[in-house]
Amino acid sequence: MLAEPPPEPADPADEGHPFAPIPYAVRAVAAETPDTVTLTVEPRGSRRIGPPQPGQFVMLYAFGIGESPIGVAGTGPDGLLVHTVRNVGRVTAALTRLTPGDTVGVRGPYGHGWPVAEARDRDIVVVAGGLGLPPLRPAIYRLLQQREAYGRLEIVYGARTPKDLVYYEEIQGWRRRRDLRLQVTVDAAGREWYGDVGVVTTRLPDARFEPSRTTAFVCGPEIMMRLTAQALVARGVAPEATWVSMERNMKCAIGLCGHCQYGPSFVCRDGPVLPYSSLAKLLPLREL
Amino acid sequence: MSELEPASSRVLSREEFPQLFEALGESGYEIVGPTVRDGAIVYDRLRSVDDLPIGWTDRQEAGRYRLEPRGDRALFGYNVGPFTWKKFLFPARERLWTATRDGVSFRVEPEPTEGPRLALLGMRACELAGLAVTDKVFTGGPVSDPGYRARRARILRIAVQCGQAGGTCFCVSMGTGPAVRGGADLVLTELLAPGPHRFLLQASTEAGADVLRCLRGAGRAPSPDDLGQAEATVARAAGSMHRSLDPGGVPELLRETLEHPRWEIVAARCLSCTNCTMVCPTCFCSTHEEVPDLEGTKVERWRRWDSCFNLGFTELHGAPVRKSGLSRYRQWLTHKLGTWHDQFGMSGCIGCGRCITWCPVGIDLTEEIAVLRTPAPPAGKEGKP
Repeated sequence: MLAEPPPEPADPADEGHPFAPIPYAVRAVAAETPDTVTLTVEPRGSRRIGPPQPGQFVMLYAFGIGESPIGVAGTGPDGLLVHTVRNVGRVTAALTRLTPGDTVGVRGPYGHGWPVAEARDRDIVVVAGGLGLPPLRPAIYRLLQQREAYGRLEIVYGARTPKDLVYYEEIQGWRRRRDLRLQVTVDAAGREWYGDVGVVTTRLPDARFEPSRTTAFVCGPEIMMRLTAQALVARGVAPEATWVSMERNMKCAIGLCGHCQYGPSFVCRDGPVLPYSSLAKLLPLREL
Repeated sequence: MSELEPASSRVLSREEFPQLFEALGESGYEIVGPTVRDGAIVYDRLRSVDDLPIGWTDRQEAGRYRLEPRGDRALFGYNVGPFTWKKFLFPARERLWTATRDGVSFRVEPEPTEGPRLALLGMRACELAGLAVTDKVFTGGPVSDPGYRARRARILRIAVQCGQAGGTCFCVSMGTGPAVRGGADLVLTELLAPGPHRFLLQASTEAGADVLRCLRGAGRAPSPDDLGQAEATVARAAGSMHRSLDPGGVPELLRETLEHPRWEIVAARCLSCTNCTMVCPTCFCSTHEEVPDLEGTKVERWRRWDSCFNLGFTELHGAPVRKSGLSRYRQWLTHKLGTWHDQFGMSGCIGCGRCITWCPVGIDLTEEIAVLRTPAPPAGKEGKP
C-alpha cells in the first residue's frame, strides 16, 4: 500500500504571494459618468502583474478597504493599466474617489478572456451594454491592430441613457472609422439625443455579418447578455462562437474561495468569458 | 491491510499504547486527536492517552448527537464529531498578509507559513478521503494555497479503522470506508474482545515506519489472529451501516433536476444556519476580510470560513444573487454531489454523515437524493380535486 507523496512545501522564493496586491500609482483619473471613473495606473516599483489578455480582470485593492474584481479596459507601455470603475459598493466607492498620485493595489491578471486569436478570418460582432464596454475595449483594439485578419467588425453599444455612455470621445472616433460599423443606442433619452433609442437587441437586426462565420463577444448585464445571445443564435450564430462575460461575487480570484461559482464553473478561473453553449441551459434559471 | 510486511507493523497492548505518544513526541510531532469537550468529541491537542475519549461513544441520528458511555474502556469507540481535520490545514480564521503604509505607497508582508509538525491521530477512512478532496481543491489547481500547502507538508496521518458505524454514516455506499485503503502514514486498529485490549499499528509510508522505529521494540509483531480480528472489526463496522447514498449518476441527476419541486420542500425546512457547511470536511468556501488598525497605517488581510448559505455570499452590486433559501440549499447540494465532479473530478461528499447529524432540523442528503431520483410529479395542482 503506497501513499501519495505529500505536496511540495511552500517555496518562499515563489513569484509573490497569490493574495498579495502589488502597489500601483494612479496616474490619471477621468470622469466617465456621475458614478463612473476611468483610472490609469502604473507600477510603483519593479514588480508588476503579467500582461493581461483582452477580457481578463484584476483584483483592484483600496488600502484599508478591500478588493474588487475589475476588468482590464486597456494596457500601455511600462505595465500601464486602464480600469473603468463604477461606484456600486464600499470598495468601488473608495476606488472612484482616488486622485492622481494615490496608490492602488493590483493582483492578477485572472481568468480567460475573449478568444480573439481563435476568431481570425471570421466576422466579429461586439455587443456591449453599459459598463460591459470597458472589458471589450482591449478586444476591439486587438482586432483593429490586425484588422485585415478578420471579416466584418460590427459593434453595438447600448446604455440606459446618454449620460451613461462611457468613452464618449473615443466612440465618436470609432464612428468615423471605415473598418468597423458602430451602432449606439440608449434605453431612454431626452430631446438632446439624436441617436437610436431602444435596448441593444433592437439594433441587432441592422448589424451586418454572415452568421455561419461569425464570432460574437457580448458583455453587459446578465439579462442583456442572455437576450443578445439568444437573438444572435436565432440568427444563426453558433452558440459555441457566442461568448459572454459572466460576473459574480469574488474574493480570491483563483478558484479557492468558492464565491463565484456558476453551475460547474468558477467564473474567476474558467471564465469570466464563457461560451453561450455552456450557459444556455443555466441562464434562464433564477438565483443559480 | 493484510499485505503489509511484518517489520512495518506492531501490536501494542493497552498498557504499551502510551509509548506511541512518546514515539510521536520523539519524532518531533505535536499530537492532535479526539477528546471530549462540551458534550462532544472534538479534535484538539492531546497531552497524553488520558485525553482520549476513553469509554465514550457518540450516538447520532439526523439532527441528534449524544455522548454515551460504552461500558468498556475503548479509546476510539466513537465515530465522527462536529470537528474535522480540515481546521488544522485550512484554519477557520487565518491571516494572509499584513500591509503597512509606506509614504504614498504600501508594503505587503505575506504571513509566514512555518508551524509545528502535527500528528493527526484518529483519522477515519472517510476523513482521509476528505483530505484527498481538500488536497485537490487547495493544491491541485493552477494556483495552490501557500498556507494549506505548507501545513499539509508537515502532518503525519494516523488513521483509525472504525469498529462500528455511526448512526448517520454512509461511507460504504460512497466507497470511502470504513477500511483504510490508503492515504495514511500509519493505520491503527483497536482490537477489543476477544483477547486483551490492544492496538494493531501498520505503517504504510516511511514517515509512519519511522515512528514505529521510535517504539524501540515495544509491543510485538502481529499474529495472524490480530490481523484476522482487525479485518473482522472493520467488517463489523461496514455491516452495521444502515444509511446509503448510491453516487452513481448523481451529477447527471442534479443537472436535470434543478427545477424539481423537492427543492421547495427541503428549503421550507432549511434554516440556512450554515451548520452543514461548517461541519463538512470538504467545504472550502472562505471570505476575505480587511482589518485596518485605528490609525489607518496598518492593515491585516484575514481569510475566514464562509458558507454558501450566507446571504452575503453572492452579493453583487449590493444585492445577493441567491436570495431564497431554496437557491442556497440547491447550490450546496448540487455543488457537493454534482458540480464538484466537473471542478475536481471527484465527489465533494465522503459519506461521513456530519451534515445530517448537525442539521438542526435533520435534513438528510441521502433522503433528498432518493427523492430527486423519483420522477417529478407533473407541475400544477397535484393533490387537489
